[in-house]
Amino acid sequence: MSRATVVASRARPAQDAAPGAGTQVPAIGVSSATKRFSRDGMETLALDGIDLTVARGEFVAIVGPSGCGKSTLLRMVAGLIPATSGSLAVSGQPVAGPVTDLGVVFQSPTLLDWRTIIDNVLVQVQLRGLPVERYRDKAMALLAQVGLEEFAQRRPRELSGGMRQRTAIARALIHDPPLLLMDEPFGALDALTREQMRIDLEALWLRSQKTVLFVTHSIDEAVLLADRVVVMTPRPGRIDRVVEVALPRPRGLDGRRLPGFAPAADAITEIFLARGVLHGTRA
Amino acid sequence: MVLAFLALAVIWEWAVEIFAIKEYLLPPPSLVLTEFLKRADVIGLNAITTTNEILAGYALAVAVSIPLALATAYSRTVEESLYPVVVFLQIVPKIAVAPLFIIWFGFGFAPKLMLVFLLSFFPIVVSSVMGFKSLDPDISDFARTTGAGGWRLFATIRLPQALPHIFTGLKVGAALSATAAVVAEFVASDRGLGYLLLQYNGDLNTPMVFATIIVLSLIGLALYYAVELLERLVIPWHVSQQAAQGGAALA
Repeated sequence: MSRATVVASRARPAQDAAPGAGTQVPAIGVSSATKRFSRDGMETLALDGIDLTVARGEFVAIVGPSGCGKSTLLRMVAGLIPATSGSLAVSGQPVAGPVTDLGVVFQSPTLLDWRTIIDNVLVQVQLRGLPVERYRDKAMALLAQVGLEEFAQRRPRELSGGMRQRTAIARALIHDPPLLLMDEPFGALDALTREQMRIDLEALWLRSQKTVLFVTHSIDEAVLLADRVVVMTPRPGRIDRVVEVALPRPRGLDGRRLPGFAPAADAITEIFLARGVLHGTRA
Repeated sequence: MVLAFLALAVIWEWAVEIFAIKEYLLPPPSLVLTEFLKRADVIGLNAITTTNEILAGYALAVAVSIPLALATAYSRTVEESLYPVVVFLQIVPKIAVAPLFIIWFGFGFAPKLMLVFLLSFFPIVVSSVMGFKSLDPDISDFARTTGAGGWRLFATIRLPQALPHIFTGLKVGAALSATAAVVAEFVASDRGLGYLLLQYNGDLNTPMVFATIIVLSLIGLALYYAVELLERLVIPWHVSQQAAQGGAALA
């Protein structure tokens, strides 16, 4: 316990949520954000009073049960869904419509079947109206980083699920955005691939200095990747606690053996037990 | 495939001989061929007429249906006003309308063109609308984060992903167009392969009936394969994908 400390605290107001937030414009600022969906005359409160600040370069994971609105929150940050009330800002700019200074990775790789892998990475550049040819070398370098340089000329359906998701990650990074939004990016992968992807994502993030907002179901994944884990309540989604994970980096392959891992994972499990999200007997 | 057709012709020839089938019931292929060669000029001339009707009607169908599909996919007004009418009209048995076209457009080229247009138009417009509208919502969300809109988004994502659907419609339309031309000629005409078919049938000239049907089939087949060739050139990724799936299904 000497090298790592775990702090579980109540959801805190935006100002002091991130270290150094006062001196720097935060990457993401969410205050009192609420989302109501109405369908067939039925109103559902999906998100209720979300306050969250993410500092630049920080890796923040959001965990919560299905239907807690964590994906909705991510899409609100991206400006893909408008908030019903409250305000959101990305890099200090109020969110009103899709935010373009970011990269997104969803649970499905959302690649274009008709394009080769490298052209799928370059579509990001093409859609932005940037000169595609000037990004070709960079796209190859990114594909090499995610271990796909040999597959640059293949098409998505020739690749495995994990390889497709790696392509999607390369696509989200090609235009060098300061912010990466990931919505259960490893959710559709088998356990082993998922573990490898998690290790590689951490390495990639350590080199890139980007801010990451990472939505997941997996407590382990959240603790192994994030600087802070935002734990959400079942619907209506509120921030229950923010768990700081002060484990050293890289956590890599055997991050679970680090002394601070178990307390952090336990702290999150306790929250879910208290909320009735998890049930069971203890060992 | 060629071998299979040859084998079929040989069996047919033998069967007619062995069972002594009368030639006005089922002529042997050799007789069909020799009769066809005797009257190749007549068939050729009428084939040109029918081919023109098919090509003109089909071209008109493509020219109208794809813009209409675009309008339906991108304009709520069109989707809610014009498209339901189009779908309703699809229920009308279109061949039953052929006699009406004779009253409206006379006995010449126009009613044939209109019937070919009408029959091949619906499958093209319906599949194209589906193609333009079926965009994965997550791909759509990804595209929105790039800020791309208008032409760039259309050319990069929406059009390519609609093309397989559009080609499905084009092929169905092509297959229907030969039928439409012949039906229109049956109703009222003084030339064309449909007209010729009725003449030969009336004379109980069965070998020439067979010859005409074979030429008609070849015209329909040629149009279908022309569209398929175009598909291979335009969307090779999709064609190879289907081939791979077909192969997997056979394995």
